[in-house]
Amino acid sequence: MSRKSIVLYLHVHQPFRVRHYSVFDGGVRSDYFDAEYHDRTSNERIMHKVAEKSYLATNARLLDLLNRHDGFKLSLSITGTAIEQMKRWSPESLHSFQKLTQTGRVEIVGETYHHSLAFFYDRAEFQDQVDQHRRLIEETFNQTPTAFRNTELAYNNDLAWWADQAGYKVILAEGWDPVLGWRSPNFVYRPTYIEGNLKLLLKNYKLSDDIAFRFGDQSWAEWPLTADKFSHWLSESGDATNFNLFMDYETFGEHQWHESGIFDFLSHLPNAWLSNPDHDFKTVTETVDSYPTTDRVDMPFVVTWADTERDLSAWVGNSMQSQALEAIYSLKDAVLRSGDQKLVDDWRKLQTSDHFYYMCTKWFNDGDIHAYFSPYDNPYDAFIAYMNAWQDMRLRSGEF
Amino acid sequence: MLGWELPPHNSGGLGVACLQLSKSLAKKGTRIDFVVPYVGHEQFDFMNVIYARLAHPWVISGVYDSKLYYEDPTSLGGDIYTVESNYQQAIEQVVSEREFDLIHAHDWLTFRAALRAKELTGKPLILHVHSVESDRAGGKQGNPLVHEIERLGLSIADKIVAVSQLTKQKIVHDYGIPDSKIIVAHNSLDQDYMEELQGENEYQLLSRLKNEGYYVVTNIGRLTIQKGLSSFLRAAQLVLQKKPKTIFVIIGSGDQKRELIELAASLGIARNVLFVDFQRGKRWRDAFAVSDLFVMPSISEPFGLTPLEAAFYGTPSLISKQSGIAEVLKSCLKADFWDIEKMADQICSFVEHSGLKNALSEDLSKELMKLNWDTTAEKLLSTYRQHHGVLVT
Repeated sequence: MSRKSIVLYLHVHQPFRVRHYSVFDGGVRSDYFDAEYHDRTSNERIMHKVAEKSYLATNARLLDLLNRHDGFKLSLSITGTAIEQMKRWSPESLHSFQKLTQTGRVEIVGETYHHSLAFFYDRAEFQDQVDQHRRLIEETFNQTPTAFRNTELAYNNDLAWWADQAGYKVILAEGWDPVLGWRSPNFVYRPTYIEGNLKLLLKNYKLSDDIAFRFGDQSWAEWPLTADKFSHWLSESGDATNFNLFMDYETFGEHQWHESGIFDFLSHLPNAWLSNPDHDFKTVTETVDSYPTTDRVDMPFVVTWADTERDLSAWVGNSMQSQALEAIYSLKDAVLRSGDQKLVDDWRKLQTSDHFYYMCTKWFNDGDIHAYFSPYDNPYDAFIAYMNAWQDMRLRSGEF
Repeated sequence: MLGWELPPHNSGGLGVACLQLSKSLAKKGTRIDFVVPYVGHEQFDFMNVIYARLAHPWVISGVYDSKLYYEDPTSLGGDIYTVESNYQQAIEQVVSEREFDLIHAHDWLTFRAALRAKELTGKPLILHVHSVESDRAGGKQGNPLVHEIERLGLSIADKIVAVSQLTKQKIVHDYGIPDSKIIVAHNSLDQDYMEELQGENEYQLLSRLKNEGYYVVTNIGRLTIQKGLSSFLRAAQLVLQKKPKTIFVIIGSGDQKRELIELAASLGIARNVLFVDFQRGKRWRDAFAVSDLFVMPSISEPFGLTPLEAAFYGTPSLISKQSGIAEVLKSCLKADFWDIEKMADQICSFVEHSGLKNALSEDLSKELMKLNWDTTAEKLLSTYRQHHGVLVT
């Protein structure tokens, strides 16, 4: 039997949602992110809810698993905006993440502080946000990321080239069939055109989605999914080396509710998987250090982990989104020149990709999932609130 | 008089016009019983309002948009035809209890009740047309049942009052009514009903942008096809190529809102277009006051009161020639609703030349001073006398 590893990577993020900021607020108050507590756009309320249902509940189980199984490991990415919100409204959540990393078996993955799409709009701004995130991770978790993931796993050859130059050992991307062809995501790859040692790990979206999306679906043929059954599938998969299970952290307790049995699944997975001595868990960097690379993967176009298209259309697909993105980046020089740190922070918070996701009008196929994630009644309300905030920011930055 | 709404329970200009016209007629000695189809407690010292206890005001206020209940009759929390025919029954009760000389009914919703009243009493019937179905349907035929009610009512009426030449032409065109049966009596603005501006303007964002050299060009109204707002946005795109420091503000709600937001974005002018929800009171008044220019680009506007309201708050207008108000108001810019380039050209000139703005504002305030309901009321009184005289002797 060859050696096989589960590479569990969870993504933690919270945006600073824009409240129903109206034209009457513009020029009067710049509290874009401070909704009334019971409003659907209240960041504080959402943080409280997610902390209770997901962060605290899941971290308690993860810590227990780390304590019980020496062989259990995982990787996390936590955005700067999520950490900021935890500091303000749920310090116990942040503390619970710190307890995980203190075991030495949890790797933190680097990304942009603001979960932005800056890579595609402004490379210098992107670099600033990555640096800002790295400093925050060093400060908070005493780790320097050697792995990188871009917002929404949005990846192309250019990004790989950048990450290689920046000295990362591994970068994460979607294991999308049209790119891989006959190849399997369950191996370590290298991006094309790079000079250094950067490796590529590709999400096994079928196995990941079995947990993240289908787990609680009683009409799914494989329901109920148990840890034993899942481990069995993995062990049957020939000479595969690494199963890249990449998903939103909130899969546990928020997207899949406690009642679905998702926590039982998580709690039993290490036991079921590690019962075979050839099986283990690895963090993302460990994985690329442990297994040989098999091939190079070429992604000239942007591939993301979202929707059936796996592209950026959920963020930039309609003209409201492209106008809003263009508007926010157009303020860069004026904002940075202002020397007003609060203004710079607010401007960066308005770059978070979620704002543009809420403006998505692809209702009919992926719309249900978009509606689930949006605190607005419809994409138009999201756009109006965002652009009103932008108008106020234009006044603050003196950019006319 | 039979009407569908009166302030404060009005959804638009119809209620305002009915109230101000009644007041002017009353001042000239007319005694008016005004029947509305909802429960209410407001009374006016110059007329007797009869509240036919049929529905809550909010049911009534939504129904003016005939498209809405045609497509989804249940969307209003009640079936409009039920409300309308209940109104007819209520009128039967009213006419059996009260003395009157003639029946004057406003717009199609009251037409069947008015016909019934005429049938029961033989009194002369004057139908006052504030809009016809093809106006509300943006030039199409619209709801066939409404079309039929209008055709029937207008055919049987003894006299028809149209709020503009434009409306008169439509009545002739759409329903084949003889020209001679229709008189034109333009609406007006009773300034006693206008509230003065007070305190700091609510639109600080716009005030601040104006301080930075921006011009504010505004439309206030329902966001429906009739109002011609897609032309407004297309004109805005042309203006912005020449005058980037212009902000376009669209205030209101309606079935076209999402389409307009998407249009602004796809024209690449989203940064210069602000969408604001429907407003009343101070925020409604301040919107006129903060604007440099008010634009009413309607495809079809039987009258169109808003340019006069804008004028009261000191703001000149650019109005479409396809509006009744264009027949009355002189001190304003005018363009065909489809002539996007002309509209854009006029907005650019307005922004460019402060002389134009000053001249327009000055002439407008003079014109406004002379404006009242007297002429309209006189026309109606003479019509009343004519028919009352003929039939009662």
